[in-house]
Amino acid sequence: MKTTQYLFAGFGGQGILFSGKVLAYKGLMESKNVSWLPSYGPEMRGGTASCSVIISDDAVGSPIVSKPDVLVAMNLPSLDKYEDSVVPGGAIFVDSSLVNRKVKRTDVKVYYVPATRLADERNIHTLANMILLGKVLSASGEYDEEIVKAALNKVISAKHADMFDVNLGAVKLGTEN
Amino acid sequence: MSDKVLMKGNEAIAEAAICAGCRHYFGYPITPQTEVAAYMAKKMPKIGGTFLQAESEIAAINMVYGVSSTGHRVMTSSSSPGISLKSEGLSYLAGADLPALVVNVQRGGPGLGGIQPSQSDYFQATRGGGHGDYHMVVFAPASVQEMASLTVRGFEVADKYRVTSMILADGTMGQMMEPVDLSSLKSEYNPEKPWATTGTGKKREHNIVNSLYLKPEELEKTNFERYERYKKIEENETLYEEYLMDDAEICVAAFGIAARVSKNAINEARKEGIKVGLIRPITLWPFPKAPFEKAANKVKTFISVELSMGQMIEDVRLSTHDKANYMLCNRVGGMIPSPDEVLSAIRNAAKGGKN
Repeated sequence: MKTTQYLFAGFGGQGILFSGKVLAYKGLMESKNVSWLPSYGPEMRGGTASCSVIISDDAVGSPIVSKPDVLVAMNLPSLDKYEDSVVPGGAIFVDSSLVNRKVKRTDVKVYYVPATRLADERNIHTLANMILLGKVLSASGEYDEEIVKAALNKVISAKHADMFDVNLGAVKLGTEN
Repeated sequence: MSDKVLMKGNEAIAEAAICAGCRHYFGYPITPQTEVAAYMAKKMPKIGGTFLQAESEIAAINMVYGVSSTGHRVMTSSSSPGISLKSEGLSYLAGADLPALVVNVQRGGPGLGGIQPSQSDYFQATRGGGHGDYHMVVFAPASVQEMASLTVRGFEVADKYRVTSMILADGTMGQMMEPVDLSSLKSEYNPEKPWATTGTGKKREHNIVNSLYLKPEELEKTNFERYERYKKIEENETLYEEYLMDDAEICVAAFGIAARVSKNAINEARKEGIKVGLIRPITLWPFPKAPFEKAANKVKTFISVELSMGQMIEDVRLSTHDKANYMLCNRVGGMIPSPDEVLSAIRNAAKGGKN
């Protein structure tokens, strides 16, 4: 029986909630129990936004992630705020193009991905979140392109269908970096 | 592959209401329940329903009164300060015996308070809010699936007994997404409403929907009759969940988000050998007195876990005749107790500690 608790954090507008949603749908596609809980306060408008995702073989109890197994920090305030809360043996993913310091913890796995720079280089400026998600999935050995495609299909509405390939491309890019 | 979809609790309420045949929604935006109104705004026009953003909460609840008088399923939703504004209307709905569904996705108070989750409208929901002798049937969902299923049930109970049903959720329940199975959502129960003001067709006497009775004998009679119905609701509509209560010496009482946090803590405490269980009221009115009364025969300590200064704990004490130990484990103002906080309360109780 396995439960993984994820915390995505960054500035409002970086797509924190969106990448969390894709991950939650991935869990649903795999017939797991999942929950997704956004921060919905004024911080959504430019401060630190966060999103708790739980994927579990068991029923999900509290949907609030206070001790993440996996932290995705897309800005410095998020790393400062949540670094100490990660469980020992957990993992921290940092957008190293925006966070100008190293992770201090030595009891967790750390992945530095220059996600925002990679996105800018490829002219997909708003998709650093998906690049990081790709890295989260590949680092845990859970990347399965078909399931990611199915999850993206659920999250991207028909109106924005043209965004499908570019999102999938960003996730793939993350798995390669 | 699952048929379930991920939905926010607020959206699940809206979709379930539509599945239950509700075609009239009146509301006014307020965080953290605005997704209910947004969903209705998108869907209602497509299915021939009414979505109306009123000029105020007071207007919205009186529009609910109007539509309900005609016998149609109708709802409104708001969050704590908005429910205070609607409270006059809630009393009038009760006085006129009109069925309706009212959703309160609670936020911290009092006053304008904050926008983060809270359960501090428990008294307001279970003890009135508006004036006069009346009750609402109060449902407390603890998952997005229950946000949906209790919404359907809420409409049915409201129609059956001619009362208002309230969904008492909180910001977490409203904002979180979980998988929901929508396929089972439909209302099997759609009673005739011979009291509705639908036009006489010159074939019957006028139906009058009103809450004004100037003769005290008559008004007393309506109150007595209404309380007979409340008695039937207490007998037939009380809902609760028990978790690991068989051998429990400590009983956590919690509803909604607090119950979910408590389950994590109870699972941890069980690993330490502490005999602790949970009673989760699903209806807050009627309160599930029977399981608490029964539990009091062997439970030494009840711990009420609440996002309030201790409101449900009064019903726990009443149901158990105040003969056990009682502890309150709470956070307020938009804060939520962590599983660790609940676990320390449980450990404290196991050591014989008191509040």
